[in-house]
Amino acid sequence: MEKEKAEMANTSSPEKLVSMANIRKSFGKVVVLKGVNFDVRYNEIVGLVGDNGAGKSTLIKILTGVHQPDRGEIYFKGKKITIHSVDMSRDMGIETVYQERALSEQQTMWRNIFMGRELTDRFGFLRIEEQKNETEKILREQMGFTSKAITTDSIVKSLSGGEKQGIAIGRALYFNAELIILDEPTMGLSLAETRRVLDFVGNIKEIGKSAIFISHNIYYVYPVADRFVILDRGSIAGEFLKAEISQDELVDKMVKLAKTGKIE
Amino acid sequence: MIAKTARARELRLELSILGVFGGIFLLFLIGNPDTFTRFDIYYSFMSTIPFSGIMALAITLVIIAGEMDLSFPSIMGFSGWVFAKLSNVLIDRGMDPNLTIILTTLCCFATGIAAGALNGLLVVNIRIPSLVATIGTMFLWRGLVNVCGQGYGETLVPVNETFLFKLYVGRIANTIPAQAIWFLGLTVIFWIILKRHRFGSHVLIVGDNVESARMMGIRVNRTKMLVFMQMGFFASLAGILASLEVTYLWPSLGEGYLLRTLAAVFIGGTSVFGGVGTIFGTFIGAIIIGSLEGGIVAIGLTGFWTQLIYGLIIVVSLSIYSYFRRRE
Repeated sequence: MEKEKAEMANTSSPEKLVSMANIRKSFGKVVVLKGVNFDVRYNEIVGLVGDNGAGKSTLIKILTGVHQPDRGEIYFKGKKITIHSVDMSRDMGIETVYQERALSEQQTMWRNIFMGRELTDRFGFLRIEEQKNETEKILREQMGFTSKAITTDSIVKSLSGGEKQGIAIGRALYFNAELIILDEPTMGLSLAETRRVLDFVGNIKEIGKSAIFISHNIYYVYPVADRFVILDRGSIAGEFLKAEISQDELVDKMVKLAKTGKIE
Repeated sequence: MIAKTARARELRLELSILGVFGGIFLLFLIGNPDTFTRFDIYYSFMSTIPFSGIMALAITLVIIAGEMDLSFPSIMGFSGWVFAKLSNVLIDRGMDPNLTIILTTLCCFATGIAAGALNGLLVVNIRIPSLVATIGTMFLWRGLVNVCGQGYGETLVPVNETFLFKLYVGRIANTIPAQAIWFLGLTVIFWIILKRHRFGSHVLIVGDNVESARMMGIRVNRTKMLVFMQMGFFASLAGILASLEVTYLWPSLGEGYLLRTLAAVFIGGTSVFGGVGTIFGTFIGAIIIGSLEGGIVAIGLTGFWTQLIYGLIIVVSLSIYSYFRRRE
């Protein structure tokens, strides 16, 4: 992983990890996506922003196999693909950290990290030691938990909201996700906890993976994202590299968009 | 102390149940030292407790998975009836008893598993809440015993010389009832499955939060189906054991087991809300419930006291667990 990290950091590959071209999707008579082009490059954090109902969730659910697009093409690592199911998307290396976190609150950390993908022997018996050791690694190395109070045997219910989100992200990273989708990961978290989650997102970048960070809040997205895509009523309203735009300018554009429906 | 690790939580639960258990037996010992220092009463406990004990282990998994099954005593009755009736029919036709009991055992297990699968189907596919669905199947299987058996019992004397009979309910070294060994062995197996097997892990996770389980790719429906099927299977095993113990099938086999079996699980500390539970607790809970009646009479109270004391112990132990859970 260290080597991969170094390589990724040195070559800012222009190649795209995911490319969604001219994606259209409607539910009944409601057109939700009107031909959207959306890319994620290798080792890039994309901030996907936009108001409620802009189509962010639908776009993401097409990528994770929950919905099928009516029209348009998806390329993953340069190959054209059709994503039929959530399982298929996960097999390709797309992991989603859901708003509701998908944790089992009354279970231990080590059961949560491996839920649905337990390490077992031939007969289905758990390799508990191995699961605990791996969980310990994720805990200390990827999630940066240093507190002695949190162990692999901790019950998830006893953790804070930020720590829980950390588990969900750590889990996604562990399973070698190429692309991690974070759907409003800071929703309902305190300021300190939000900072924690933003640190986790920073980790994704550091270890050479890509992420899509969906949020309402520019102030959270701006520091961690490399590029911003603004979605508005089913179309891309604007796309900016962080180098091109300051946080205040980005906020101005969003405000303008909300008032006038146009970005300029 | 607030238990933040699973081990601490379990330890505390298991110590509380052991405390209750120890307290009750201490009372028995003080109340009637003569009886409780001799083997006889333990022999009688060992021969009667396993029937509901084995079903208590199975229903523990159902409850941990966030479901309920009220039909297992009726499944016990119906599959037991299939076992006894078929045994008599085959032996009347001249089949060898040893072969007969093997065959009828398989039919009995198949009946139990099928009955469990029907519960699973109603809950998973037709989406009837399990509490309601299994009220239906509870009447269904009991009704079937009544209709098919017309109120008649079936003798099991023809199979009581078979090898399998001895394996089920024989006396090891003429002292230990075989069913006690079954109960003990199954307790260990259930414990391992729940704690150290992928299936147990899925049962815990499904009972904890179905939506999370789905999002993480656990096959929720399959897990629930299997949980109901194993319940049916162990109800049928209990049916065989209980009827062979008295070498007679009463058409009412299973009646009276429902609440006592559930009480054993909840006294043991398994949560009614699903997601957490303990096999060790159920094991001890079953022993407590199963020994109370005999113990109460032995210490000189009349049988009229039994239910009152059941009630007290259930209320007290549940209050202790609830208090702990609230502090978590």
